Amino acid sequence: MAVVETRKLTKIFTQGELGAVNEVDLLVREGEFLVFLGPSGSGKTTLLRMIAGLEEPTHGEVLIGGREVTRLPPRDRGIAMVFQSYALYPHLSVRKNIAFPLKAQKVPREKHAAKVEWASSLLGIGHLLDRRPRELSGGERQRVALARAIVREPQVFLLDEPLSNLDAKLRASAREELSRFHKRVGTTTIYVTHDQVEAMAMGERVAVLAQGVVRQIGSPREVYDEPADTFVATFLGSPPMNLMEAGDVIAGFRPEHLLPAKMVPGPAVPLRLRISNVEYLGAERIVYGLLRGGRFDGQRVIARIPATVPAPFALDEVHDLAVAEAELKYFDRASGKRTGRREFAWR
Amino acid sequence: MALNASARLGVAMFAPALLYIAALVGLPLALAFIYSVGDVRVGSVGYHFVGLDNFRSVLQSPTFRRSLANSFVFTVSTQVIVIVCANLLALALRDRFRGRGLVRFLVLLPWVAPISLGAIGWKWIFDSIYSVVNWGLVHLHLVKPFDAPMWLGEPRLAMASVILVHAWRMLPFSTVILLAGLTSIPKDIPESASVDGAGFWRSYFEIILPMMRPIINVAILFGVIFTFTDMTVVYILTRGGPYDTTQVLPSLAFFTGILGSDLAEGAAISVFLVPILAVIAVLMLRVAHRAEVV
Repeated sequence: MAVVETRKLTKIFTQGELGAVNEVDLLVREGEFLVFLGPSGSGKTTLLRMIAGLEEPTHGEVLIGGREVTRLPPRDRGIAMVFQSYALYPHLSVRKNIAFPLKAQKVPREKHAAKVEWASSLLGIGHLLDRRPRELSGGERQRVALARAIVREPQVFLLDEPLSNLDAKLRASAREELSRFHKRVGTTTIYVTHDQVEAMAMGERVAVLAQGVVRQIGSPREVYDEPADTFVATFLGSPPMNLMEAGDVIAGFRPEHLLPAKMVPGPAVPLRLRISNVEYLGAERIVYGLLRGGRFDGQRVIARIPATVPAPFALDEVHDLAVAEAELKYFDRASGKRTGRREFAWR
Repeated sequence: MALNASARLGVAMFAPALLYIAALVGLPLALAFIYSVGDVRVGSVGYHFVGLDNFRSVLQSPTFRRSLANSFVFTVSTQVIVIVCANLLALALRDRFRGRGLVRFLVLLPWVAPISLGAIGWKWIFDSIYSVVNWGLVHLHLVKPFDAPMWLGEPRLAMASVILVHAWRMLPFSTVILLAGLTSIPKDIPESASVDGAGFWRSYFEIILPMMRPIINVAILFGVIFTFTDMTVVYILTRGGPYDTTQVLPSLAFFTGILGSDLAEGAAISVFLVPILAVIAVLMLRVAHRAEVV
């Protein structure tokens, strides 16, 4: 277990262009499960690969366990990595796949069997040891990759979208399993994903990346409820936060906070909506509409109405909805950065 | 026969290929079998069946036995050199570097250039009087001017020269096949090996090479067949000499059957190649297949 730190870590692929990763300062705490979340091209994988030593930084430093490792090859960094494709060695049995890091790290041969046994039972794949990777299902392969990563008890785990090759149902259970696995072994873990559900569900903290920069780092609750800027506000949450511009201020509110006016207690901003589309999702309805009247006439907003709200929403109906003032977030229009409460001209 | 239009079209499209194979592969092969059990000579009329007489006489000839052994030495040595060098070249050509395109072109050149021209070039390089190799060795004071090696005139050196030139010629072909195999390995796998703690050698010998085994088998299969049946290099460089020490089965068949006018015995020699090649082909295909299903 160890702390991972990056200092002004930068990767520029094409000289003169914006880097894939730009001056990232990051501190991953001891035993933490940190998620890098960002759209494709945000630099999250490049950042992970630089920590792993698979990509050479243009400048900046990587420290693992307080030791500078920037120029060290991957094998001297005390890390283990699970790749998106799992990268199992197809010509080796599961047993030999799991034992490979032991062999490569020159762990005495007589200890191999016990370690393989321990890692495979931890992941419940003891019965698969004599199979070849191609005889395994996606979920089994993922476990073999994890077992291979854990077997030599690394200081840090790096996981690059390890669930994206699984089908949706399996992904939910694998997510939960991975979280439990982390709690059990307690190894510092960095997990890269573009899936916000994975990030929110598993991360103790989430680092939201865009254009090679960490936009915000915080607990899932912080990045969702207290987004640092409009990018984080709209990237997280599905559907995204509604944003309205007036003067040099942007006000935003989450779709789940736009509810029938009668249901919103306390001071609230009333909004009249003509419904343009309704998606019935069982547990909730996603209601798309255009605002009527006032300054924001014609602006598109999205509301998320839980199934517990009995009101019917039909196409072209006009409804009076409202947002509690406490749920409004304000951003500076020029920089997109979050600000404190501001005067906002709703009318 | 009631063939509909599309079936007729199919037959028409298929016929040229069939005709081509029948005329240029099937017919000569059938003739070789027929000649090998007859008494045909160049210019003779009539044909008498003589059974296995030709094979008996061929097997008793020391030249044949020597050529058979030479064929194996020639093929195995060439393939060992080619596979080792092709692996090195493929590794070197996988990664991007300035001028990679040019190097790839140069590597392919021996394969693209007509082999007769290439072999004649090598004949001059190894010439007993004008050899540029000897010129270099003399000027480096490694050999004395009047005691230079006779590259094509001494049995061992001649065999080594023939092997070297044929390896030079086969190298591009194997390199291209192995390069394709190497680039088809996902980048993740060697990266994963390096994170797992493997250095270059372990990663190469325990991960990359085993993963390339099926494609290496394909390269060897083609290489063996191209080498075992080829006589161009031997014919141009040494004509099988000195004293048949570089004679291989295809060149012996040619010298006996065509230049020596004994068509029947020449045919018997070349028919000997058939079972040997068939066994090699079956073996290699089985190995390739096994590597694939694992």
